[in-house]
Amino acid sequence: MKKLSFSKIMLWFGLLFLYAPMLILVIYSFNESKLVTVWSGFSPKWYGELFQDEQILSAVWVSLRIAFYSATMAVIIGTMAAFVMTRFRRSWAKLTLSNMITAPLVMPEVITGLSLLLLFVQMADTFGWPTERGMLTVWIAHSTFCAAYVAVVVSSRLRELDRSIEEAAMDLGATPLKTFFLITVPMISPALIAGWLLSFSLSLDDLVIASFASGPGSTTLPMVVFSSVRLGVSPKINALATIIIFAVSLVAFLSWYFTRRAEKKAQKAMES
Amino acid sequence: MNPFKRLKGRHLTMGIPYLWLLMFFALPFAIVLKLSFSTAAIAIPPYEATFSFIDETLSIFLNFGNYLLLLQDSMYYVAYLTSLKMALIATLGCLLLGFPMAYAIARAPTRFQPVLLLLVMLPSWTSFLIRIYAWMGILSNTGLVNNFLIWLGVISEPIQMLNTNFAVYIGIIYGYLPFMILPLYATLVKLDMSLIEAASDLGSSSLNTFWKITLPLSMGGVVAGSMLVFIPAVGEFVIPELLGGPDSLMIGKVLWQEFFNNRDWPVASSLAIVMLALLIVPITLFHRYQSRDMENDA
Repeated sequence: MKKLSFSKIMLWFGLLFLYAPMLILVIYSFNESKLVTVWSGFSPKWYGELFQDEQILSAVWVSLRIAFYSATMAVIIGTMAAFVMTRFRRSWAKLTLSNMITAPLVMPEVITGLSLLLLFVQMADTFGWPTERGMLTVWIAHSTFCAAYVAVVVSSRLRELDRSIEEAAMDLGATPLKTFFLITVPMISPALIAGWLLSFSLSLDDLVIASFASGPGSTTLPMVVFSSVRLGVSPKINALATIIIFAVSLVAFLSWYFTRRAEKKAQKAMES
Repeated sequence: MNPFKRLKGRHLTMGIPYLWLLMFFALPFAIVLKLSFSTAAIAIPPYEATFSFIDETLSIFLNFGNYLLLLQDSMYYVAYLTSLKMALIATLGCLLLGFPMAYAIARAPTRFQPVLLLLVMLPSWTSFLIRIYAWMGILSNTGLVNNFLIWLGVISEPIQMLNTNFAVYIGIIYGYLPFMILPLYATLVKLDMSLIEAASDLGSSSLNTFWKITLPLSMGGVVAGSMLVFIPAVGEFVIPELLGGPDSLMIGKVLWQEFFNNRDWPVASSLAIVMLALLIVPITLFHRYQSRDMENDA
């Protein structure tokens, strides 16, 4: 038998480390007791309470809408930036653009949040717009930092793309715009979908930037969770966490399954 | 050719993201810089103007008081030092755990690699806040770890783990581990195995091979992964707030308090500017790695 290597043991240990806390949350979400750490019997009652909590439900709705619009805008800006980064000639404009787009990847969130809030305040002072912070300002903030992730995902796909098909389309008289939508977009669509899903989950997850950019009427789910978690551990949040974990796993599994199927199909088409 | 027609296409592709980022990324930093030189005031917004243009005279008021305050009040530089120290230790922890994991994934059979990567990435798609919250239940005095240790008879009194620096380290390592593994995997998977085989054929011990061949060749991934963990960890707010105690005074938490609790916007801005100045070196390092990586791929 092959000896179990050190790196393999560490891999299993690391995966256990990553998954055990989530598994514990799931198990304890079915705990009857109000004390989160004492097991007193199986009960789905916290799920019932969760679905009656109007504050949480309205925050879910706000978060989902913001995430949908942010992901869409981030894909538009990020894809354009990725196109510039991979297809344009070297110039100072391209260099500053690629520096600006990748900067939010590493920027501490408190700085991004603070700076955007100060911008909105300054804008309101100077042009009288935005009159108050709300969903629109959170949307702008999220689109900006999600665009960075989209740009990275899409540009790596654009870089490995076979350009001869695009060139052939252009030689046959297609305009650049037509070539882009009929040839390039279908070829990079897995990256676009991946970028959109990534942005969606990043926006849904963000607490710090949303706290700075939001105003009355735009309380997102992480903000509600944060304020209740600060007071201590609550079984209702365990139930919410379980739902989020299952929803994300399902989406991740489906997207993995469909990209794999698309790849297999492409492989078969190439072989035949 | 009509100049407007030439303006279309290429310029629009460049112009739209450029303007967006100028407006919502570059300009905000200019405002933070400006505000860090202003004076706090009881007003809406709570600071005094830095520029004024009265009677054809442009007056600029620069107040260095906020920066002097950061030097004088020991709380601030203690917070900076604590943040740097904690981020550094947590980054090392991530590297020690992440490197063997990335290595094992890169050496796994090709058809298992995407699944293993998915397994590593999956937790980071679920809510960060909720994953940190999970540790509150595990580490608390009545939590699972303490209950288990008491049940085993190792300890009789619960050990204080929640609200300590230890909990913050666990939180950062747990939260950022995937960001360490991905760049490491990307460089390790490209590593030429024949070099390692050659080394072992020539009688090199596996530890020696690791130090002389594997590690130097994967340095790019080590730097990228470490920067991806270190930089956001320095400014981390959620983890020290939920898991940390009074001594885990990290700068992100201090900035948040100055801004939301004390409502001192100028001091919060100067805290942000100094934090950025501290992070310039790691940020440049990360960008250099990234642009080199992009040119290699092209």
